[in-house]
Amino acid sequence: MSQPTVQTRDLCRRYGRRWALARVDLDLEPGERLLVLGANGGGKTTLLRVLSTATQPTRGTLRLFGLDPARQPEEVRRRLALLTHLPSLYDDLSGTENLRILARLLRKPLNVRPLLEQVGLDDRPDPVRSFSAGMRKRLSFARLLIQEPELALIDEPYGQLDPDGFLLVDRLVAELSRRGTTVILASHLVERAAGLCARALLLHQGLPRWAGPASDAPKAWSTLHRGAA
Amino acid sequence: MKTFLALLHKDLLVGWRGRVRLVGLFTYSLALLLLFSFAVGPDTAALRDHASAYLWLAVLSASTLLLAQSFQQEVEAGAIEGLLLLPVEPAALYYAKAVANLLLLLFLAFATLPLAALLFSLLPAGSLPVMFLVVALGAAGIVAPGTLYAALTARLSSQQVVLPVLLFPLVVPPILAAVKATDLVLEGDAMGELPAWLGLLLVFDAIYWSLSGPLFGKVMEE
Repeated sequence: MSQPTVQTRDLCRRYGRRWALARVDLDLEPGERLLVLGANGGGKTTLLRVLSTATQPTRGTLRLFGLDPARQPEEVRRRLALLTHLPSLYDDLSGTENLRILARLLRKPLNVRPLLEQVGLDDRPDPVRSFSAGMRKRLSFARLLIQEPELALIDEPYGQLDPDGFLLVDRLVAELSRRGTTVILASHLVERAAGLCARALLLHQGLPRWAGPASDAPKAWSTLHRGAA
Repeated sequence: MKTFLALLHKDLLVGWRGRVRLVGLFTYSLALLLLFSFAVGPDTAALRDHASAYLWLAVLSASTLLLAQSFQQEVEAGAIEGLLLLPVEPAALYYAKAVANLLLLLFLAFATLPLAALLFSLLPAGSLPVMFLVVALGAAGIVAPGTLYAALTARLSSQQVVLPVLLFPLVVPPILAAVKATDLVLEGDAMGELPAWLGLLLVFDAIYWSLSGPLFGKVMEE
């Protein structure tokens, strides 16, 4: 039997006196797609950061691919990728150079042109600093694809993108899923993102408030908003 | 080793693309040397007596800016986090960054040397290769702890202030040894003291370079 990709029990993270994340229990099998919803400061980014091993949990247990990230961080990091609002790019280098650096570090093929084409970018020689925010986001997606992760953690996938970019995200998430990648999306665009996922988790002030089928997520989201108002 | 070389290539490429900043640092060290010479006045003998100290002060000041810049880009765009989330040994990240910083600082120091010789009317009594060795060992003594502290302070808005405050006390021994060794190369080493100062520099370099790599992983943890 295959190991769950993500398994958390009572996962908590505190910053100073504030609990940014509390009591999160998750089980995700390979290839599953989870949508994480919540208002600003709800704990979505913290959850993704904890799952990516960028941030240590304050309490609780976390197992990724059946491994303990605290004991086997390199093995875990080899198999996951995190995409945040920060593009993790070098402004003075071109898109191709940025991707080649990553490919070299991961010992992947250095021909990155197909990847650039896949995210709708030309092989431009100018530095990334001249790119628009949307183009940087597309390049970040190429960065994620080059890693060929088993677990993709994507924070605000639609942020900074134009309508064409929205379609691109939908296509890329579907492509990742076809490859068997487990995908966790955190997004404010509830209805759009819900169409990509099977399950959803609603976080409110760091706590899981609702979990269920992604198709019910828009209703749960609006109910929470009405309650909060 | 492949990872280290890939990271070094990345750091040198980023350094080369940002070479305007390096020109700025060179101008900055030149301005410092000019200020020192103006402060002392037209006393050529006094200038020559303190030339090695002025040279190293200029290199040290420029190095803090260089070191701070080396992590600025990484932090601003989240690139350092991207690297730390890859299956890459933190020590490899450190040594690649430190070696790139050392090469850039050496380039800066070697570019400054002829101008210092011109400004302070220096005519080295010792050989040029020995002078290069002294500069390389001295720069290595600054860069090893400097790269570590630059990483530690990279997320601080007051990095430009905090970095020198942390770094300067730690580099006093290698700077003293480098100034003394430079002095001996410039003025002549009648008593054969140079090997002892070079040995001292080597010891400090060995300590700093061997400790900083393993410590880097701890520094970069949250």
